[in-house]
Amino acid sequence: MAMKAIDPQYTADTKYALEVRNVDIYYSAFRAVKNCSFGMERNKITALIGPSGCGKSTVLRSLNRMNDLIAGARTEGEVLYRGQNLYDPDIDAVQVRRSIGMVFQKANPFPKSIYDNIAYGPRVNGWKGSKAEMDELVERALRGAVLWDEVKDDLKKSGLAISGGQQQRLCIARALAVEPEVILMDEPCSALDPISTLKIEELMFELRQRYSIVIVTHNMQQAARASDNTVFFLMDKEDRAGQIVEYGPTEQIFQSPKDERTEQYISGRFG
Amino acid sequence: MSAEPLTPLSASTGRLPQGEEVKQNVASRQQRGKLWQASLLFSVFVGLLVLLLLAWNIVNDAFGGIAVQEAVEVEALTGGRELEELAQPELVAILEENLRSRVLRNLNREQPLAERDAENLIEVILFEIIKPEVVATFSLYDYLFNRAEIEAQLAQDFPRAELEFKSWLRWDFIVNPMSSNPIFAGVRTALLGTLWLLVLTILISFPLGLGAAIYLEEYQSDKIFDERKPVGRFFNRVIERSTSIISTNIYNLSGVPSIIYGMLGLAIFVRALEAFTSGSFFGANEGTTANGRTIISAALTMSLLVLPVVIISSQEAIKAVPSTLRQASLGLGATKWQTIWKIVLPNALPGILTGTILAISRAIGETAPLIVVGASTFIVTDPTSIFSKFTVLPIQIYNWTSRPQDEFRAIAAAAIITLLILLLSLNATAILLRNYLRSRRVS
Amino acid sequence: MADQLRVNSDPRAALAGDAVKQVDLRKRPRIGETIIQTILYACGFISIFTTIGIVYVLGQESLRFFASDEVSLVEFFTNTVWQPVIGEFGILPLVNSTMMVTIIALMVAIPLGLAMAIYMAEYASERVRAFLKPVIELLAGIPTVVYGFFALTFVTPWLREIFGRDVVQIYNVMSAGLVVGILITPIIATLSEDALSAVPSGLRQASLGLGATKWETAIRVVVPAAFSGIVAASIVAMSRAIGETMVVALAAGASPQFTFNPFLPAETMTGHIARISGGDLSYQTIDYNSIFAIGLVLFFMTLTLNIVSRMIVRRFREVYE
Repeated sequence: MAMKAIDPQYTADTKYALEVRNVDIYYSAFRAVKNCSFGMERNKITALIGPSGCGKSTVLRSLNRMNDLIAGARTEGEVLYRGQNLYDPDIDAVQVRRSIGMVFQKANPFPKSIYDNIAYGPRVNGWKGSKAEMDELVERALRGAVLWDEVKDDLKKSGLAISGGQQQRLCIARALAVEPEVILMDEPCSALDPISTLKIEELMFELRQRYSIVIVTHNMQQAARASDNTVFFLMDKEDRAGQIVEYGPTEQIFQSPKDERTEQYISGRFG
Repeated sequence: MSAEPLTPLSASTGRLPQGEEVKQNVASRQQRGKLWQASLLFSVFVGLLVLLLLAWNIVNDAFGGIAVQEAVEVEALTGGRELEELAQPELVAILEENLRSRVLRNLNREQPLAERDAENLIEVILFEIIKPEVVATFSLYDYLFNRAEIEAQLAQDFPRAELEFKSWLRWDFIVNPMSSNPIFAGVRTALLGTLWLLVLTILISFPLGLGAAIYLEEYQSDKIFDERKPVGRFFNRVIERSTSIISTNIYNLSGVPSIIYGMLGLAIFVRALEAFTSGSFFGANEGTTANGRTIISAALTMSLLVLPVVIISSQEAIKAVPSTLRQASLGLGATKWQTIWKIVLPNALPGILTGTILAISRAIGETAPLIVVGASTFIVTDPTSIFSKFTVLPIQIYNWTSRPQDEFRAIAAAAIITLLILLLSLNATAILLRNYLRSRRVS
Repeated sequence: MADQLRVNSDPRAALAGDAVKQVDLRKRPRIGETIIQTILYACGFISIFTTIGIVYVLGQESLRFFASDEVSLVEFFTNTVWQPVIGEFGILPLVNSTMMVTIIALMVAIPLGLAMAIYMAEYASERVRAFLKPVIELLAGIPTVVYGFFALTFVTPWLREIFGRDVVQIYNVMSAGLVVGILITPIIATLSEDALSAVPSGLRQASLGLGATKWETAIRVVVPAAFSGIVAASIVAMSRAIGETMVVALAAGASPQFTFNPFLPAETMTGHIARISGGDLSYQTIDYNSIFAIGLVLFFMTLTLNIVSRMIVRRFREVYE
């Protein structure tokens, strides 16, 4: 795949699925994030960590232009995907979100059946095919999210009628059904019990083979065990803007951090 | 004045109650509280009492006794038989015997007597010969509890009259058209007018109100034009400004007295747009059109009246849809309208429908704007199209209430019960519909 | 690379995917979406047209009214006689009776509505509230013409019974005022209850903790804290009373009199508009134009009250939210 890229530059640089360059994010006059630059490697899990208020979720939401939905939010700088700057005025946010999917902090299945939850994405994106093909797509998405065996007998059941952990995997399956290239996860396990959390983490490793994943987490153990690369954010005390302190392979960040603040944070001394 | 020595706190003239006093103080305060609580409860009971009185007052007038006096007794006409037992020729014979030739000529001109069926002939006999006349009307209370007094009074004033129980609300009352005689008068025309008005008002105000609500809730901050060009920025600014004006304006409109809407309807729909609202522009001239004073003018006026309420309640319903659902949909690459149409509206629909029906059911009880727009107070023909002239239940109630005779008051009360039943069933529909839609979604 | 991404060997694995992978992220015009948005905007704009329509219609006809030789602006606002037949157009009698009805109504509705609100917000149990709320909604949902019937056939005879038939006329301001009061009570009750319930419970606890009784807490802490909300509710109710038509049209009488005696008939602004327009009204007459001048005065009175109440509510919100 990936042979039909629009921008020739893109094929030359396949390391990053997404790359953030000099991004500043504003809420009206307030600068919430400053000077953000990092890359998210293809087929890897990149974790964004940091204490609350450090701007990690804001950065995540800027990666598929979900921040557009917040009145007064503005992003400066570049977010590169396939050699295209997502914030170029010519770029269409709907197209972006179709390629870069998102899973939210709190599971948010539609009040529809499990089947319709999965089918929703393909349908709104102009999917054409027979009923049987759709059934297959739904099954594949649910299998992809390791949910198939649990729900295959009641696909007509409401998406709200299953457990919290299942709901969150349903939301992941729903995101998979539109075959995105990148999946953004905003603290997907924060509302789940440890067993459900473990399942989601295993799932992430599965998915890594096919997708690039970016996850925001405030759980350091999770970042340590479930990610390949880690970006550590911290709020600048002077202007209260979030910024990147350190960024590198997870192992290195957790075992031999270069910055003193990183060490303090991962050893639990603040945050 | 020399400086006084500072007295210790406990010895100062102001002090808190001590010992036994505390108990007394608290007890008396508690008692005062109880008294006030009782008076609050009393106010609540006054509210309930008013509701009961209102209901009783209507029932008291809608049912009761009447004293009927007939110009000629049936037995005298038929020789002891009932009218219904007679054959058609016998009925014709009775008419020919008892009516003056001029009246007969008129009747024959309408439709020859020989060609009329028995039912029609009985009607004519009742109307022209027997002429039952209500000489006195009594409220339910008087009929039940002051019976002796009533009968004594009647025996003195109308010795031939018979006292009978009368329910003014009965099937005939619903299906009979208007009549100047309260005994025969019914609300058929008014009820049909009300139903026409109801349906048309829903058809006009629901899409408009919902559209406005969607715009205000979902597109409020959207920029249609290109922000990079000055012209685009200018137009975006204009739209943004006008949208905020619209929001404030809707709240102000919801407080405008309904009679003012009537005047707006009179000047715009009845007069300025007469060509359209009378139907003459569309070639629909059925002879019943009264200038622009048609159902469609009334429905348009009512729609403007309910629009602010429909918009506000739809906005509430749309607001109640969790934003996480919108984000989930947008995150999957759905466009804004797809998200609204497939996620927001289905979830908001129960609330929107309930709000709309409740708003419109309130409008159905409105009288003032329709008086101004020019509802007819006396028509006997059913409305047949949106260009018909019309009357509605509240107008009939108003008209009958304002007449001095007791019989009209009684049919006004019966019409009120009809209206209230209609409104209650509308509200019940709204609630059932909401419950049905909710249960269907969550199953 | 491709194989790596397609773990599933099924050739249709990327059913939806293939389309996405070739995606061009550039904007393309979504004409459908733009058309829909424009239509929705137009729906919203109808409310502006309504307002413009009201102001234009009332203004234009009023202008014709004042432009005629029979009436001057000064006369309109100062003359105490309204008799179109003899060319006397002073709005004072109409305004006066409107205000009398309104004041009587508020004297009924404020104590009654406020007491209901305090009871519901501070005393009533959940079950009692669940019963009372629908009752109040029922009172609010009854058509005004029914209240008019009630005024004329119940309240008026009752007043005449108490005060004597020579004192109380068949049509009188008192009966209309009392019933309009009942009609606006639900407004005051529900809006005030909202305001009372919005007072943070911390304030109540602080007061109870100082040894105040429930009633003392309600009347000295909660009510003052919700005072602006209660005032706003009363103003909304007042505006509603001023604009109320059917009760006064049925019960208050049809003669524009300048009187302060509530037992005499007196026509209000709305009552007059209803009576004149209910008859066979011919356009382009001074009668026709005159009701629009009255309507204009009515419109500005209610608009001002509504704006004031909204300003009060907004200030109130700032304090507690």
